[in-house]
Amino acid sequence: MPEAREPQDTGPPSPGAHLIHDPWETVQMARHPRRPYTLDYVNRIVERFTELQGDRRYGDDGAMIAGLGFLEEQPIAVIGQQKGRTAAERRERNFGMARPEGYRKAMRVMQLAARFGRPIITLIDTPGADCLEDSESRGISEAIAANQREMFGLPVPVISVVIGEGGSGGAIGIGVADRIYMQEYTYYGVIMPEACAAILWRDSSQSQRAAQVMQITASDAARLGLIDGIIPEPPGGAHKDYEQAALLLKEQLLKALAELKDIPGERLMEMRWEKFRKMAAPS
Amino acid sequence: MASPNDDIPPDLWEECKSCHQLLYAKELASELWVCSKCGHHMRLSVWQRLEITVDPGTFTETEGDLPLVDPLGFPDYMPKLVQARAKTHMNEAVLTGTARLHGHRIGLALMDLAFIGGSMGWVVGEKITRLMERCIAERRPAIVFCASGGARMQESLVALMQMPKTAGAVGRLGRAGLPYISVLTDPTYGGVTASYAFLGDVIIAEKGAAMGFAGPRVVEVTKMNLRPEVQTAEFQYRHGMIDLLVERAHLRELLADLLDWFQAGKG
Repeated sequence: MPEAREPQDTGPPSPGAHLIHDPWETVQMARHPRRPYTLDYVNRIVERFTELQGDRRYGDDGAMIAGLGFLEEQPIAVIGQQKGRTAAERRERNFGMARPEGYRKAMRVMQLAARFGRPIITLIDTPGADCLEDSESRGISEAIAANQREMFGLPVPVISVVIGEGGSGGAIGIGVADRIYMQEYTYYGVIMPEACAAILWRDSSQSQRAAQVMQITASDAARLGLIDGIIPEPPGGAHKDYEQAALLLKEQLLKALAELKDIPGERLMEMRWEKFRKMAAPS
Repeated sequence: MASPNDDIPPDLWEECKSCHQLLYAKELASELWVCSKCGHHMRLSVWQRLEITVDPGTFTETEGDLPLVDPLGFPDYMPKLVQARAKTHMNEAVLTGTARLHGHRIGLALMDLAFIGGSMGWVVGEKITRLMERCIAERRPAIVFCASGGARMQESLVALMQMPKTAGAVGRLGRAGLPYISVLTDPTYGGVTASYAFLGDVIIAEKGAAMGFAGPRVVEVTKMNLRPEVQTAEFQYRHGMIDLLVERAHLRELLADLLDWFQAGKG
């Protein structure tokens, strides 16, 4: 993986312009090997985190974190894909590519949170779900499909944040939320730019162009009305300052929780459905 | 060198892509486009599928007036859409409507691979969702014949967001007390498998259909280590992901039995 270039200063910023970055550079930043992962944030902003394990059907999945904790004394559940830092950890976490048991564990914990009226926070960071033979044999398509269907039925606030890679079905499998945010240097799309380039132009060296035309950055998604906001990162990206990145994330989560906490569950579910029902409808 | 087949008019004979047997086109229709020699199930256009599925003359198209959309202004996409329309005589990659099957009023969606690989963008997601909503409003069971390469790349995140929309719509149909039968035909991949295809109350697959979570082009370009036999209806069936693996010849009767079961006593 090429080392990410640092974002360049391109002259005097216009309002909001500081959140617009080159798409290919953004993809590199989203995959930066030192970028904070789900547990880096959980350990900084969630108090007394208790990780829960297993889908009660087959096994556990290190690529998906699910657990209970407190955000400023508010009980919440946290779900998120987890990547590894060392070579051994990366394998153990399957590079953040969750398997069916990961999605089913996530659903189990989300439904547990719903039963007790606790809001749910999902942190998305995956190049895509695992799609090899083991995952196929245990129904990766069904697991992701069922999660999307069931997330509409959670009568508690659900907040999703893309904190790195928002890779396709693997991402949306925990992404059906009342509020959807993307951090500044993240991407969210239906296919990796490299694969898009290889398919469209039979040339994976055109990845840069693919990243551009696919409009996968946070500012693209915001402009298209697909997300609710962009969470800024410390200068140079989240990996430059974990503490500040975590604070900025926490600030937005608290704001969103405050907006959603007094809305009755039935109303939340209806609003969530309306949000996705009308999303990207041509005007 | 001339081959012995050179003088055969192509419209009279069709070659089986699996065993290369030449099949008489007129007989092929009565065999439901299944090779009489090897049993290979040929891919069908939605019009062929309609003809062998619903009660004659009962299909009425719905949402056929939805416009083509290009939400990202993706290079070369709109001309491609226009071309696909001209080629398939479909308004998008899925045809939706109401019909009767074995006398039962149903909502029906049929996907066609010939329209940009049967891929799902905003229009396909919207048509599937509106079909489910119509089924709820008119108390109709829903049947969807899937055939798709996956989500439509040219609509990127907009295409991805059709997955929760259609999955949610299927969930609402179920909560309204109506059945949804998903029929997986050759091939069904990607964003369609990970949304409405694998959410059927009953999931049926045609024998020999290719299917899987990763699209074939993605598997190819990322050089993914995946045995070809994994991405088949037979593999999914063996692992409990599909209720029934059927020959096309038995499909209509099976749907009739299921509709009878779901609808008995419901008027």
